Amino acid sequence: MKFDNEISINMLSTSENEAFARLAIAGFIMPLDPTVEELVEFKTAVSEAVTNAIIHGYEGEKKNLNLNFKRHENVIYIECVDYGIGIPNVDEAREALYTSKPEQERSGMGFTVMESFMDEVQVISLKNVGTRILMSKKIMSKNSES
Amino acid sequence: MFEIDKDVLIVKVGREVDHHNAEILRNNVEKKFKENDLKNIVFDFSKTIFMDSSGIGMCIGRYKLAKSVGGNFAVCNIGIEIRRIFDMAGLSKVFYISDTLDNAINGIKKEV
Repeated sequence: MKFDNEISINMLSTSENEAFARLAIAGFIMPLDPTVEELVEFKTAVSEAVTNAIIHGYEGEKKNLNLNFKRHENVIYIECVDYGIGIPNVDEAREALYTSKPEQERSGMGFTVMESFMDEVQVISLKNVGTRILMSKKIMSKNSES
Repeated sequence: MFEIDKDVLIVKVGREVDHHNAEILRNNVEKKFKENDLKNIVFDFSKTIFMDSSGIGMCIGRYKLAKSVGGNFAVCNIGIEIRRIFDMAGLSKVFYISDTLDNAINGIKKEV
């Protein structure tokens, strides 16, 4: 597929970059004139994906993770890639309230939030290779309604 | 950031609650609550414009903290976005949610 726009970000897996990741996706979708609700949904989903990479992929270690945004017409594709420990059982991880880190007060709602705010969420993970979260969502901007 | 009203710790939550900020907030609340030997906690979200699932975990933790000393936990002034996150986790039925700070403070005192 030929994309209309692409941005790739390589960042360290430090928690202060969560706020940057949210601002980045907000900036990326801004030309499509999203509603306030859509903006919050994108920011929250990206925040969850990056947080997942930091806490679960790298378990707090500072390493590199990639965040890629692509746009084809009014569909936004988000990819968050870490090269960490991987998720042993993706289906289990995607269940609401499941967390491998209850002692850190993790709610186990990350994937549930991503799934309810995005149109599609795909998770590919390999032990000691890493995790790739792919999400997409169509922006129903004011322009496309007419 | 904090106010104390008798045995209630009032927490003015910041603009954004993510994993980064939730950890800072958790440590500060924990310290203030124990130092002053308090019973109840109220989170005031009037300044908050963003919260993700890290905020849920942090709130559940403070709910348990208040309950562990026979107190209670309440939230107030939550906007639509934060309400959605609470609803998703089923917390709207668990937490005492109030429109105003005054109602939250009075409410948790009555509940105990």
